[in-house]
Amino acid sequence: MESVNDWQARLEDTTLDPARKTTRNYYAFLFFLLAVTGWGMYAYSLQVRRGLVVTGMSDRISWGLYITMFVFFIGISHAGTLISAILRVSHAGWRTPVTRMAEFITAVALVTGAFFVIVDLGRPDRLINVLVFGRWQSPIVWDVLAVTTYLTASVVYLYLPMVPDLAFFRDRLAPWVSRPKHLLYRILAINWRGTSGQKRHLGRAISIMMILIIPIAVSVHTVVSWIFAMTLREAWNSAIFGFFFVAGAIFSGIATLIVVMAILRRVYRLEEYITPKHFLYLGYLMAAMAGVMIYANLSEYITAGFKFEEGTEFLFRQLFIDEFAPYFWFYFIGGLMTPIVFMFIRRLRTIGGIVTAAVFVDMGMWVERYFIVVTGLRAPLLPYEPVNYAPTWVEWSITAGGFAFFALLITLFVKAFPIMAVWEMTEERREEFEEMVEYEHEFDGEDVLASGVPDLAPEPEGGGPP
Amino acid sequence: MNHSGRSLSETIRAVGPLWLTVMSIALLAAAAGIRGLPGVLLVFLVIASAVVVLARYSGRRAPQTTVAHDATGGNLQVLLRMIDRRTAIRMFGMSALFVGPLGTVPKALEILAGQQVPEETQSPFSRIRQWAMIIDLRYCDGCQSVASPPRCTAACVEGHLLPEPMQWIEVFEDELEGEGTRFIPIPCQHCQNPPCVNVCPVGATFSAPEGLVLIDQERCIGCRICMAACPYDRRFFNWGEPPVPPEAHLANYNLEAQVPALKGTVMKCDFCPDMVRAGTLPYCIQACPNQAIYYGDLEEDIATNGRQLVSMAAFSAEHNAFILKEELGTQPRVFYIPGHGEAVGRTPSRTGRLPTVWPWNRIAPGSDLWSR
Repeated sequence: MESVNDWQARLEDTTLDPARKTTRNYYAFLFFLLAVTGWGMYAYSLQVRRGLVVTGMSDRISWGLYITMFVFFIGISHAGTLISAILRVSHAGWRTPVTRMAEFITAVALVTGAFFVIVDLGRPDRLINVLVFGRWQSPIVWDVLAVTTYLTASVVYLYLPMVPDLAFFRDRLAPWVSRPKHLLYRILAINWRGTSGQKRHLGRAISIMMILIIPIAVSVHTVVSWIFAMTLREAWNSAIFGFFFVAGAIFSGIATLIVVMAILRRVYRLEEYITPKHFLYLGYLMAAMAGVMIYANLSEYITAGFKFEEGTEFLFRQLFIDEFAPYFWFYFIGGLMTPIVFMFIRRLRTIGGIVTAAVFVDMGMWVERYFIVVTGLRAPLLPYEPVNYAPTWVEWSITAGGFAFFALLITLFVKAFPIMAVWEMTEERREEFEEMVEYEHEFDGEDVLASGVPDLAPEPEGGGPP
Repeated sequence: MNHSGRSLSETIRAVGPLWLTVMSIALLAAAAGIRGLPGVLLVFLVIASAVVVLARYSGRRAPQTTVAHDATGGNLQVLLRMIDRRTAIRMFGMSALFVGPLGTVPKALEILAGQQVPEETQSPFSRIRQWAMIIDLRYCDGCQSVASPPRCTAACVEGHLLPEPMQWIEVFEDELEGEGTRFIPIPCQHCQNPPCVNVCPVGATFSAPEGLVLIDQERCIGCRICMAACPYDRRFFNWGEPPVPPEAHLANYNLEAQVPALKGTVMKCDFCPDMVRAGTLPYCIQACPNQAIYYGDLEEDIATNGRQLVSMAAFSAEHNAFILKEELGTQPRVFYIPGHGEAVGRTPSRTGRLPTVWPWNRIAPGSDLWSR
C-alpha cells in the first residue's frame, strides 16, 4: 500500500502545479475575462458620466438588474459559510478538499455583490455620506454594516486555514516565482513553522471564526431581504422574507460551489481529491435546500393567495400567468424541481447530471432575484397603468462585467494561492492511516495537547522582527 | 498572562500620559470643528500613528520591574516600555469606545464658551405651525370645465421649474363604486410616520418641525430606497441631467424650493414652506380655478383656499374627510373630502383629462429626457 508520505508528495505536486505552470489556454481565458470586465467598466463609465438615464429603470420600477445582481451575489457568498463553517462544526470529514474553494467564492462574491450597490447609486460620488451621515435606522446602513462585517470575517476565515499552505508555498515555490511574489508568500505566511504552539493557536482561531461566521452570514442575507421587507410594498410584505432569502442564498451558494468545483477539477486534474462522492453529497444538500425553498414558496403564496386581499390578484396574475410567468415557472421547475428530480433518478445522479442541475439552480435563483425585485415594484400604488422594465445594453454590459469580474478573481486566485487545504488533508490522511495501522492502541494525542503541559513551554514568537 | 505584580492603578499610571496625549490631540481636532471626511481622516491618523508609536516602543512583554521604579524619569520611551503589547491592544480596544462621543465635543465647547447655540427654527408667533392640506374633491373636475390640463400641476411645474416628467401634484382619475370616475389630485402626503424618512440611509429626507417631509438634494446619494418605500408613488428621480429651463441654473440651490433640480437625486412636493413664510399660498392652490384645495395649520385649526377661511377640524368632520391608505399607518397631512366634481357641475360619466405639458421653450443644454 502507498505510504502517507508518497500520497502527500503527490497532493503537494497537484496543488503546486497551477502556480508553477501556466498554459496558453489560461491566458486566453484570462484575456477573455479581462475583455468582458473591461467592457463592463466602459459601460459603467458611460453611466457615471450620463447618469442612470442610460438604464431602463424609471420612477415606477426604480430598481432592476443591479439590485438583482447585488442580491444574487451576496447569496452566492453563502457557499463558504455553509460548506466550510457548518460542515467544519459538524466534523464532516469529506468537506476538507472543497473548503478552500468555498471560502474563496464567499469573499469574491461579496466583493462583486457590494460593487453592484455602488453601481446602482445615482450619486456614487457621495458614497462617503453613508459613513458621515449614516442613520442606524436605515436598512441600507444595516446592509453596509452586515456586508462589511461579513467581508472582513470571511477574508479572515479564508486566510486563517490558508496560513500553513502559504508557508508551504513559501518553502516550495522559491525557484518558480518572482521575488515580489515570494515576498508576498513570506509575509502572508507570518513565520509559520508548524510548531505545536502555532498549530494550537491556529486551531483555536479557526474554531472561533467558524462559530462566529455562521450568525454573521445569516444576518447578512436577512438584512438584504429587509431592504425589501421594510418597505410598504405588498409583494415584499412578508415575515418569511429573511428566512427565505437566507435559504435561497445557501441554495445558490451550493450550486455555485458545485459548478466551480467541477471546472477546477477538470482543468487542474483534481479527480483524485474531488471525487464523485463530493458531488453526490453536495447534490443531496442542494436537493434538500430545494425542498426548503419549495416549502418557503408555498408558505408565502398560499397564505397570501388564500385570503386574496386587494392587490394580491395583480401580483399573482403577473407572476403566474402574465408578464413574469416564464421567469417564475423557469425558476420553479428549472431551479427548484430539477435538483430534486436529478437526485432521485439514479441515471442522472452522476457528476454531469449534478453539475447540470447546479447550473439550472444558479440560473433559476438569478431569475428569482430578478422577479422578486421587479414584480414588487411593478404593482401600481395609485390608479395608473403599470409600466414595464427592459434593461438596456448598458445594464446588460455591466451585469456581464460583474459575472466576468467574479470569474476573473477566481481565476487569478487559483494561480496564486493553494486551491486545496494541503495541511488539513494530509493531517486527516495521516490520522486515518494511523488508525488503520494501530487501531488496537488507544490514540489520544488530542488529550496531550489539551492538557496544561504546553503552557509551561515558552510561547513561540508570533510576529516578525521587533 | 504575565500580569503578576502589576495592579490596575499602575497600569493606568503607565498608560495615562500617552492616553492623555492621544485624547487631547483628538479633542483639539474635534474642537477645531474639523468635521466630515477630513475630521474622520484626522482622528484615524491620530489613532493610527499612536498605534505605530506603541508598536514600535512597547516592550514585547511586561518588564520584571514594577512601574513605580522606572517611571520616575517621566521619559515617554521608558513609560512606553512598561506596556506590554497585550495591554496596549486592549487599551486601544477600549479607546474605540470613546471615539463616538467625540462628535459632541464642539457643541459642548461652544456652550462652555458661553456662545448661544441657535434655537430650532421658531415661527414668529412662538408656536410651531403644523401645515396640512384639505382637498375638496367635490370641487375637482380635473379642469374639464376650463378645458386645460390640471391647473394645479401646471402651476407647480412652472413654479418649481420641474423637469419632465415630474408632476409633484398629479391628478389621477379613479374608478368610482358603481359607474364613472372621480379626479383626485395627489401631492406628497407629508406623513407623520413617513416610510421614506424611516429608510433613508443618510438622513437626506427628513421630517421638519412643522410636519413637512423635505429632501436635501445635496446630501442624497440616489439609492432610491425611499422610492421603493413610499406607498403613494410621490417620489421622482433625476435619472439624468434634468431637462429644466436654462434659468433654473441661475438660482442658488435651496432645499425648500428644490431649484435647480440635481442629477441623480430624488425630488418631491415640499408643501412650499418658502412661499408660506412669504405670506402666499402654494402654487397649486393659487392656480386651482375651483378653489378645491385648502392649506392651513392644524395647530391654529385654520385653513384657506384663498377665498374663505375654514376651521380644519370642523370642515373635515362635517364633510367626512378621509386620508389615503389609512390602514398603512403613515398618518398623512393631506385630507380629502369625498366627491367627484359635483359642486362644479361634473357628472361621473364624463371621463378623461388633458395631459400635463412642460411649457419650456428651451431646456438647459446637455439635458436628458426620460419618461415616468
